[in-house]
Amino acid sequence: MKPVLLWSDALLFLLMAGVLVLVWSMRHEDWLRDPWRHVMRSRIGAGSALLLVVFLAVGLLDSLHYRERLPREAGPPGATAQHSGEVLSALDWLLTDLRTRTEKTYSAPLATHLYVKESMKGPDGREVRDYPPLQYPRGHLLGTDKVGQDVLYLSLKSIRTGLLIGSLTTLVMLPFAITLGMAAGYFGGRVDDLIQYVYTTINSIPGVLLIAAAVLVVQAQIEAHPELFDTAAARADVRLLALCAILGITGWTGLARLLRGEVLKLREMEFVQAARAFGVGRLAILSRHLLPNVMHLVLITVVIDFSGLVLAEAVLSYVGVGVDPAMNSFGNMINGARLELAREPVVWWQLAAAFVFMFVLVLAANLFADQVRDALDPRMERKS
Amino acid sequence: MSRRGLRVEGLRVQISQAGRLLVPVDDVGFAIGANECVALLGESGCGKSLTALALMRLLPEVAQVTAGRVDLGDTDLLGLPELAMRGVRGGRLAMIFQEPMTSLNPVMRVADQIGEALAAHRGLVGEAARAEVERLLQAVGLDAGRQWDYPFQLSGGQRQRALIAMMLAGEPEVLIADEPTTALDVLVQDQILKLLKDLQTRRGMSLLLITHDLDVAGDMADRVAVMYAGQIVEWASRASLYATPRHPYTRKLFAVLPRPERRGQRLDSLPGRVPAADAQHLGCRFADRCPEAFPRCHGEAPSLLQVAPDHAVRCHLFFPADIGNGASARVAAPISPPPPARVESMQPEPGEPGPPRGRAADALLEVRDLAVHFPIRRGLLRRVVGSIKAVDGVSLSIAPGETLALVGESGCGKTTLARAVLRLLEPTAGQVMLAGRDLAGLRGERLRRLRREMQIVFQDPFSSLNPRMKVGAILEEGMRSLLPELDAQARSERVAVRLEQVGLPADAAGRHPHEFSGGQRQRIAIARALTVEPRLLILDEPTSALDVSVQAQILNLLADIQARQGLAYLFITHNLSVVGYLAQRVAVMQGGRVVEEGRAETLLARPRSDYTRRLLAAAPGHLRA
Repeated sequence: MKPVLLWSDALLFLLMAGVLVLVWSMRHEDWLRDPWRHVMRSRIGAGSALLLVVFLAVGLLDSLHYRERLPREAGPPGATAQHSGEVLSALDWLLTDLRTRTEKTYSAPLATHLYVKESMKGPDGREVRDYPPLQYPRGHLLGTDKVGQDVLYLSLKSIRTGLLIGSLTTLVMLPFAITLGMAAGYFGGRVDDLIQYVYTTINSIPGVLLIAAAVLVVQAQIEAHPELFDTAAARADVRLLALCAILGITGWTGLARLLRGEVLKLREMEFVQAARAFGVGRLAILSRHLLPNVMHLVLITVVIDFSGLVLAEAVLSYVGVGVDPAMNSFGNMINGARLELAREPVVWWQLAAAFVFMFVLVLAANLFADQVRDALDPRMERKS
Repeated sequence: MSRRGLRVEGLRVQISQAGRLLVPVDDVGFAIGANECVALLGESGCGKSLTALALMRLLPEVAQVTAGRVDLGDTDLLGLPELAMRGVRGGRLAMIFQEPMTSLNPVMRVADQIGEALAAHRGLVGEAARAEVERLLQAVGLDAGRQWDYPFQLSGGQRQRALIAMMLAGEPEVLIADEPTTALDVLVQDQILKLLKDLQTRRGMSLLLITHDLDVAGDMADRVAVMYAGQIVEWASRASLYATPRHPYTRKLFAVLPRPERRGQRLDSLPGRVPAADAQHLGCRFADRCPEAFPRCHGEAPSLLQVAPDHAVRCHLFFPADIGNGASARVAAPISPPPPARVESMQPEPGEPGPPRGRAADALLEVRDLAVHFPIRRGLLRRVVGSIKAVDGVSLSIAPGETLALVGESGCGKTTLARAVLRLLEPTAGQVMLAGRDLAGLRGERLRRLRREMQIVFQDPFSSLNPRMKVGAILEEGMRSLLPELDAQARSERVAVRLEQVGLPADAAGRHPHEFSGGQRQRIAIARALTVEPRLLILDEPTSALDVSVQAQILNLLADIQARQGLAYLFITHNLSVVGYLAQRVAVMQGGRVVEEGRAETLLARPRSDYTRRLLAAAPGHLRA
């Protein structure tokens, strides 16, 4: 077994490490800890947090990648071990059963027989057309897809893609949005003119076209340099990161505009004037007085954007400029379901599975953010 | 003809909220005769606005009238079905609100808004309505051409006039004016009050004036009802009330007012706070703060009873339950005129008046020909096509330990001047010298050192404190920036010292600003300015957002600090009685220039400039003074 570290894995673990360090450093500060306690004490807060943790755990397990060592049969003894070209994850190992128990093609959830008739030999030797029995009857909770893969397995694998798109894009977007938006609002004048000019320009280009163009360029680059990628997974991964970067670079304008307006209002507030009279520096005013007072906007926007990005991935993959078609993602599942819905009889479970998983993820994120925002607002009266 | 006017009896408003029962208005009764003006006087939170809304039947959904009777002429208002009430509202009973900026619809022309009322209540449309609109505008002193304007084209005073015209459209028998001039400048306030009084007498209307200002009530009203904690505590004719206020609360209200004749004395203060609306009252609601309370006050609620012709009071002092058991001795006391405010002489004015102008060397702050112009830019290339001269050549000087009041209407440039002095704005021209050093062109460390010498306290204690920071962090901020040599220990010690100095509990440092009342927040703002030990404090209308009793506390605090530390104040205000009480010298600003400057006593008694005379004449209460 040989561990594989994809770029996106590294970023995801870096992000998690950052969050952990932050939590660790906050642990003794009562005033920082109390709001979070308050969130966890509310029923909605705790419930949605639990759901998010489950999703996150699945995503993290799915980010521990490795390549299996091939059974040593050929070649001289002592030669370097050969590794499979297929990259697996800890999640795959845990779900080995689900992963390997494939059928021939479609089967409905918990079915005993395939969904399509086949010609087969009856017990009397005559050719009959009927629904053949499954290899693993009642073994597929959410049915199987066209090539017989378990839909539950596919859905679980898609979670990582959704989380990555949501979190990494936000990570790319936030620095742009916060620095540019607040700088435009606070400094005004030429700085404001320039930043407004940039985001107006970005906003006036149709987003999907820009993303499609960028993705196609990246794709061409990947294909021109096959030597850089030793596995298919690595190629899909770079394409995913490129997508995150592009979505991030085009997606900061909304939040930046919101922050500019809010900072424009706040900078005339008297507490900012008082800080200026104390000779507090511009950076300190921005970080100590203005940033905390716009954090609620950032938090709400980030969550709405997170939900929006999970959904955008679906749309872009549907159009064909999203993640690699070989990658498991909700977008690819929905894209596949397009043809399935046109079949007679309809294959509905793949779409339904993608829908339910996305719905739960997005809803949990929204509810959690609501609770956090309420708890962080010092003006909200706390029931203790 | 039937009875006219408004009678209110035993009105009670309840709010049930999250299981708690609040009674913000309890047993309120008064009457307004035809062609009479009654003032409902009280500090914020006493229930006066809710009373007005209850009369209009415009209470918010959570609030309900649970007892009482309101008669408008012969109509029982509380018994009317809503449909009939709609005809009365804006018709026989109309109301003017405080905020002229929001009480007109910004997308409708003035004529259309007045026309709406005319059509609804008098069925006037077309040419007849047009003529009536012009007549109404004329009555409120607006040019007929103004009817085609949108509200944003009108000034604050003009909007209030337009609103009054709209309310007159229904030919009301009773007009309720809820703090109609609080958002306006002194000169405009004077015009609007005169207009209201004039309309009331000419039209034979009843006017219910809701105000917190004793002087406004004294100028306008025939009878005055003083409210405290949801109840009317004193109800008397104007003459009787202002000659002999009887209820201890009313007497306190008079005693806390800053007046020129109280110069150098401490203002009387009213300890404690108004009880919460959900408090359970066994005895008198004022008992906890009353200097003359005796055991009965805590056990038995007084009722509003007549003590003299045209004078009713809700106080046990006047109605001994049992003559001969010691309480009788108290009966005589309140009839005598209110005791004078305690005389506690402050320290003699430090340095005995500031140096005469010209001796700049002694001045702490010396402003010479200061100008702040804001460029007006037009067009694609934003070329400068002109400028707004907010401050246009102002010269001032303040000696150490002196108080200079800067007086003027809003928009005259006083706040811009303050910001330019602090270098929050770059002045266009002129010089600001602080302790002999020129502030112009200073940067970095040298500017920072001078910033320690002067600080500012703002008007609005709600926007001047960062809601996300704890009070301790707010107070430490200035020290972190200007006194970096102090360590955390020294900083928190100083925070504790300042909190104690401004009369806040020590645990205040760990709380957020929103947990404090307006007055307490203003104390925090003052403590913040003091942490860096400035020699000059710029006070930008520090008390105009506060109730009079809180204002007295803050003014006392400022006087104490000045006496102890020899601070100089630049006191920006529009309230002339505060100026007379507090300031040694006064500068009057108009249109970006100082039109008159001099010692306070001389200037207020014998103003030389025409503008100062107008300001003095417009101040409420000057007629009776």
